[in-house]
Amino acid sequence: MGVFRFSRKQLCIPYAVFLLCFVAAPLLVIIYYAFTNGEGNFTLDNLTGFFTSPYTIGTLAYSFAIAAVTTCVCLLLAYPIAYILARSQWKRKSVIVVMFVLPMWINFTLRITALKEILTVIEGNLAFHPFLNTVVGMTYDFLPFMILPMYTTLLKLDKSLLEAAADLGAGPFQVFGKVTLPLSVPGIISGVVMVFLPSMTNYVVLDMLYNSTYIMGSLIGSFFSAYDWHNGSMIALILLLIILVFTLVTDRYTEEDAGSRGGALL
Amino acid sequence: MKRNLGKIFIGCMLLLLYLPILVLAFYSFTTSANIGSVHGFTLDNYANLFSNEELRGMILGTVLLALGSAFLATTLGTLGAIGAFYARKLTKSAVGAMNQVPVINADVVTGFSVCIMLVVVLGIDKSTFVPLVVGHMVLCAPFVYLSVVPRLKQMDASLYEAAMDLGATPRQALTKVVLPQIQPGIVSGFALAVTLSLDDYFIASYTKPATFDTISTYVVNATKGSQTEIKTALWALSTLIFLIVVLVVVVMNLTERRWGTAPKVDK
Repeated sequence: MGVFRFSRKQLCIPYAVFLLCFVAAPLLVIIYYAFTNGEGNFTLDNLTGFFTSPYTIGTLAYSFAIAAVTTCVCLLLAYPIAYILARSQWKRKSVIVVMFVLPMWINFTLRITALKEILTVIEGNLAFHPFLNTVVGMTYDFLPFMILPMYTTLLKLDKSLLEAAADLGAGPFQVFGKVTLPLSVPGIISGVVMVFLPSMTNYVVLDMLYNSTYIMGSLIGSFFSAYDWHNGSMIALILLLIILVFTLVTDRYTEEDAGSRGGALL
Repeated sequence: MKRNLGKIFIGCMLLLLYLPILVLAFYSFTTSANIGSVHGFTLDNYANLFSNEELRGMILGTVLLALGSAFLATTLGTLGAIGAFYARKLTKSAVGAMNQVPVINADVVTGFSVCIMLVVVLGIDKSTFVPLVVGHMVLCAPFVYLSVVPRLKQMDASLYEAAMDLGATPRQALTKVVLPQIQPGIVSGFALAVTLSLDDYFIASYTKPATFDTISTYVVNATKGSQTEIKTALWALSTLIFLIVVLVVVVMNLTERRWGTAPKVDK
């Protein structure tokens, strides 16, 4: 028996080696580069440089602002959509849900191209409203990622709780505020994670809409194309830490569905 | 009234979501290079898509890359999931933890770290396509792993033992018992891997050979250029992809309706 079990376990060796080489090791390399200079000596210059340079700090602040506003707009649009869809008795409800998810399968650069053409017709020059256009572009890109987790949570919501609240004398607003909304928090949190983090790093939307790259993700690229691995690694490390903190904080509120990004795509 | 309000809201949202795609689809059949005026209708944009060597190569390359890296990622991720499932707790949680990194990480950081590792540290040339394929495998394999694991948990553990008791070799037990049981997870993992690879921009931009373009990197470069012929051909590509996606979804829904209860037997 022992021999058989051993052979089954062995199957994970290639994948474990793959993960060690291309996921774990690169992280160590990034940490190494982030804390060394061109001569390979230990230094904190990259770290202090990031927090003292007005350009990098400004980019971080701008990215946060973009991500926060995009997340709020997505939340305000997606919650009613998810709520109406989850509560409705429409015969073709599943078709409508699929229609909201379907654009995710179209290459996002092509979708942004389409949006750009429309916005150009409306606004003329897109560079006049950079912040607004970025938020519009990202909302357009990420909205389905927000709708789906909230819809799933609201659909699973125990209807008898709502009836109980109403029976006990709660008005429709009270039922929503004290029962529906608190119970949909896990869906809201997963939606926020799926929108906030990408909108902090997705520099392509800005880049395509009006040739600007003033966002966290593109900072790595600008150091990278200057062959400055050390500062690039520091930015990557800072982004990684932000993502890690964000994930750890939100993890306890969400249900255990690790493949949420995957689940949303399929 | 209240219910109608809901319908109107949903309708407006769908309209906003599809308006850009549909407008572009309409103009892809015209001779115009800008949205606004229509002078005549033509299929030139679609013809260009297939006759322009650059465009054709880019589309074919993207599809081949997606299928190839998805195949490799599916093989690796599936074997990894089976192995880790039966491995000691420590191995299992170590593989699981490393598997989570690319899932939660920003694609920019994943692309950057793969590039630093392979190109800067190991000195592998980008023109060998190795960094690009490895990068896409890092992106996709964790999702394959995550879609196979639940299937393994659902599987009746005694089936494997039964196969062994009845004289199957470990290899037979694996290919004839375990793999068929987790097949739906493998299939959806593969589909997910293809989608992720097709949609990727960030990893490709860090790891691709200079002369090779995926749809994403090509489109981003093209929007900055001023070649109207390329621009309108991309409208046609967007429309074509949209139609394919709609077709796939419709076919999937129809077959699901027909075979509706079949996949649920193993629950």
